[in-house]
Amino acid sequence: MTDHIVDARGLQCPMPVIKLSQAIMAAQSGETVELISTDRGSCSDVPSWANDMGQTLKEQFEKDGEFHFVLVKS
Amino acid sequence: MTGSAAEVFEDTRAEQPVPEKEKMVLIAASGDLDKAWPVFILATTGAAYGMEVTVFFTFWGLGILKRPDAGITGDDWRQKMLSVFNRGTTEHLHLSKLNFAGMGPKMMKDLADKHKVASVQELLEVAQDMGVKLWPCQMTMDLMGLSREDLIDGLDEPAGAGSAISLMKQAEISLFI
Repeated sequence: MTDHIVDARGLQCPMPVIKLSQAIMAAQSGETVELISTDRGSCSDVPSWANDMGQTLKEQFEKDGEFHFVLVKS
Repeated sequence: MTGSAAEVFEDTRAEQPVPEKEKMVLIAASGDLDKAWPVFILATTGAAYGMEVTVFFTFWGLGILKRPDAGITGDDWRQKMLSVFNRGTTEHLHLSKLNFAGMGPKMMKDLADKHKVASVQELLEVAQDMGVKLWPCQMTMDLMGLSREDLIDGLDEPAGAGSAISLMKQAEISLFI
């Protein structure tokens, strides 16, 4: 189970990364944040962002045409 | 002895400087919709990367920051004419090509709406929420006869080229758009 869900379905670049960053900033260290996006650009943008920001991307998968990213706040 | 060890540990921590945020500077020199859009997309994304983002609005770019109710501005008849033909605000930006007397931007905004692309106005509000600094260019304000009251709220103090250069010298990313 994830602690926080960010529903960015339907939103385009750059909003999924913006919403994810806001959720990660608000989360406590060790909590998980799951981003759900339909923007295909998120598949490259979210791993880049996580890598650059030192956040852990625990899981990334596609389900029913939606992209899921599970991150752990550092 | 354990007590003093803890003290030493605390002292070392206290001496560590707070890591300075990386900086991004964008020069928004165009009042075109197709330039204003990337300005705010990059500004908000830079802020999402934890960067300290400053956008410097100069020449036609300054029009983006005009209040919707600014009306006819300036003292000089040429400044007044300018405010009529260059209405600015996030709502009246032109496309650099395929403008078709305003039909182009309307169609582009409809498309953006349909594809849930955030508008320039929405992105400007997100940028302000995320602490992006918005600097109006003082020289452009004087040239075009725009006062601080003609511009939207929540801006930083008007600044000049010197401030922009000082900031760009320290910035990891500087872009002229």
